Amino acid sequence: MDVVIGLEVHVQLNRLKTKLFCSCPLDYHGREPNTHVCPVCLGLPGAMPVINREAVRSAIKVALALNAEINPVMRFDRKNYFYPDLPKGFQISQYDMPLAWGGYVTIETESGEKRVTLKRIHMEEDPGKLSYKGSITTAKYSLIDYNRSGAPLLEIVTEPVLRSPKEARTFLNTLRIILEYLDVFDGDLEGAMRVDANISIAGGGRVEIKNISSFKGVERALAYEITRQKNLMRRGRKIERETRHFDEANSITVSLRSKEEEQDYRYFPEPDLVPIYTSEFVDDVKDALPEMPWEKRERLIKQYSLSLEKAKILVLDPKMADYFERVAKEIDPRVAASWIVDVLRGELNYRDMSFSEGERRLNSDELVELLTYFLKGRITEKGVVEVIRTKLDHGGSVEEIIQSKGLFSIPQDEIDRLCREAIEKNPKAVEDYRAGKKQAANFLVGYVMKMTEGRADPGETARKIREILEEIS
Amino acid sequence: MITVREWKERLNEGKAYDAVAELIERAKRNRYNSFITVTEEIALKQAEEYDRGNREGKLAGIPVAVKDNISTEGVRTTCASRMLENYIPPFDAHVVERLKQEGAIIIGKTNMDEFGMGTTTETSYFGVVKNPKDEERVAGGSSGGSASAIAGNETVLALGTDTGGSIRCPSSFTGVYGLKPTYGLVSRYGLVAYANSLEQIGPMASAIDDLGLLLEVIAGKDERDSTNAGKSFHYSPVEKKFRIGVIKEMRADERVMEVFDEFTRSISKFAEVEEVSLPSLSYALPAYYVIAMSEASSNLARYDGVRYGHSLESLDSWTNYFSRVRKEGFGKEVKRRIMMGSYALSAGYFGKYYLKALKVRTLVVQDFMRAFERFDLLISPTMPSTAFRIGELADPVTMYMADINTTPINLAGLPALSMPAGEVNGLPVGVQVIGNHFEENKILGFGRMVERNEV
Ligand SMILES: [Zn+2]
Repeated sequence: MDVVIGLEVHVQLNRLKTKLFCSCPLDYHGREPNTHVCPVCLGLPGAMPVINREAVRSAIKVALALNAEINPVMRFDRKNYFYPDLPKGFQISQYDMPLAWGGYVTIETESGEKRVTLKRIHMEEDPGKLSYKGSITTAKYSLIDYNRSGAPLLEIVTEPVLRSPKEARTFLNTLRIILEYLDVFDGDLEGAMRVDANISIAGGGRVEIKNISSFKGVERALAYEITRQKNLMRRGRKIERETRHFDEANSITVSLRSKEEEQDYRYFPEPDLVPIYTSEFVDDVKDALPEMPWEKRERLIKQYSLSLEKAKILVLDPKMADYFERVAKEIDPRVAASWIVDVLRGELNYRDMSFSEGERRLNSDELVELLTYFLKGRITEKGVVEVIRTKLDHGGSVEEIIQSKGLFSIPQDEIDRLCREAIEKNPKAVEDYRAGKKQAANFLVGYVMKMTEGRADPGETARKIREILEEIS
Repeated sequence: MITVREWKERLNEGKAYDAVAELIERAKRNRYNSFITVTEEIALKQAEEYDRGNREGKLAGIPVAVKDNISTEGVRTTCASRMLENYIPPFDAHVVERLKQEGAIIIGKTNMDEFGMGTTTETSYFGVVKNPKDEERVAGGSSGGSASAIAGNETVLALGTDTGGSIRCPSSFTGVYGLKPTYGLVSRYGLVAYANSLEQIGPMASAIDDLGLLLEVIAGKDERDSTNAGKSFHYSPVEKKFRIGVIKEMRADERVMEVFDEFTRSISKFAEVEEVSLPSLSYALPAYYVIAMSEASSNLARYDGVRYGHSLESLDSWTNYFSRVRKEGFGKEVKRRIMMGSYALSAGYFGKYYLKALKVRTLVVQDFMRAFERFDLLISPTMPSTAFRIGELADPVTMYMADINTTPINLAGLPALSMPAGEVNGLPVGVQVIGNHFEENKILGFGRMVERNEV
């Protein structure tokens, strides 16, 4: 059965300093409720919105990066509905003259690259946030925090072109990377991205699932919904058009309202704002557009002779790519890429640690120091891994860790010297060896291991001892 | 009525404190119900300051009454609604900041139709305003309190707001001067919105020069209002042989027309007067009401009793809470306009009403622009009649019809003055003088010529 999925992604432009229509600071995460508010974002009588021009710049940046066609004139409209977290009884949004039309995002699927086409991108303000003492079901009353009220949002709407929950998740991941490249978005902050998903299965009505707050949640909600709808169809029931809510805790969707109860938002132009001529912004923004992931990927391959596979992974996080480039200045780029992609990233994933957190614990200079020891043969491959793990888990300086764990390998001439010393000081063992007791060599190896406190490579040492014995016989 | 010049003479003769106290006594006696809140303490303190020698500012020592839909920090701003009966704004409107900067003495907050929705101040939660010229009659609306305060010697100057005639109507009914400025000349920041795309704050007074003075103070750039034109206003009235167009479509009852016709005859002594037709005006009134009510339905959605305003102890669900708060907090006319506005904006009717109204609006603007190619100013009777008896306008449509000559000016964003031009049976008749955008100085110049010639 054919599954068709479209997403409406609400992205908070949370790297901005201030809200969309007032000068309240946006750094409200983890702060006391209702401390980042003013008459405008509280919707007090007589307060008027003033557009944050930086927010327009960020929005245009996103639209350009997503290949969308920017409206020469955009306008804000009022979306009218009542809800306790909505201070004005309407949300300032955009309706028929949005920021941009169309655009696309290229994603990697199992069957190769796919272009996810977009319908539109528009700007709007975030409402406040309801919270409850204890749980929503037992609380006697709701509390409202307006710190979030008026935060700048972008709504990015895809065409219904996604074919599976997994594709939906891949799209969201890719979008997140692009937004982080543009430096308009920090996906780690709470409520940074919220998704409404539309899904229909051939022959059924379109079902909308509202307000899913994680990528995993989107995948789960859609998977649940597909199973639910298919089961209904198998029993010969019709899929009615409706809006559903995703219950994150139980990973199920619950009906919210049917098509008949759809809200009429009574959109009309916001009379307190004037239309915005986007051409004022576009040229500037275009010039300031950073290198995008697909551009960076091609450049890394060319400039550092990396494989496509390595480059693809490096660009997943702009911080990782920058980190790589800093290391690649000092170290053979292919060695650097391999350590970062295969080892460091693996260790971070194992610890569920973000790259920026990893970078705080092991910075690029430290990795250069560590890999230099490795390339000079002062430390083994295993030693490098151990230092990385120790740095991530406990910190400390690279040199200290190597010292304290005794990870410096013994130079070859010192090994050679010790081998000769072993032979000189143990004539009995040498004799036995000559007599055909080949395992007598083990005794000699043991001597070297003892002298090096186990830091010599036993196999390598055995080979060396045999070599000398053969030589002098 | 007290002009600024007369008031200043009084200040020269005696103490500001005594003069202000006298006004306040009169205001508190509440004969006309002009004030919702008299700011006695603040006003007397300011008067003392003046007496002590703090006389900085263009309005130093001059009493100004402020309509109660204009936010005043620390002083309740009710919009004459039960919904905001106890609402105290934490900030001043731009115009109030300006008044304070220029040393004005704010003596109180004036009565009005609830949220500005009315033509008679009968929709006020705080009771009707009586017309000082005839206490059986209304003072007009919605800035009825500001007009009666001037006409009843309770203030010298007043601020009104005009969405569809709310400054000009009460000015006409009480025989005072009122000017609705060009849309965008005066910042609306802090004005509690009724219909944002139509309304302006404007001066009311008992002489042309006083309008100019007050407008000079309140006009000007304010970045907090995105529709503000960023222009300042310097009062320098233009006097010349004006080309005046008499708008054919703007009529009044027979007795008012007699006064108006007499007015046009007498101004031909110093102006060229000719009739002009603006055919789109026949659609202006319904278009005005569609737009005003649509915007109002959305503007008033914020009154839900959650953060401020009328509230309840508790109720089972937020939907019930909201509707109960709104049911109790709003008066009948306000509810009517919210409902009609919601209807006009709803799916399936939007094109039929709201979009059509916008088209009419464009036509009205075009008609006015065409007329201003030939004329400096346009005139008409301000109101189609003299002041109504209290309770006389029983049905809403009759009340809406009373705004027929004033609303087209708001649709076109033009400046317009109402000035007294005579009487019918002792009741004042106002003439409306309309100028092109930002040509307040022509309007006021013409007004001065009329004043001087004692038309
Ligand atoms: Zn704010």
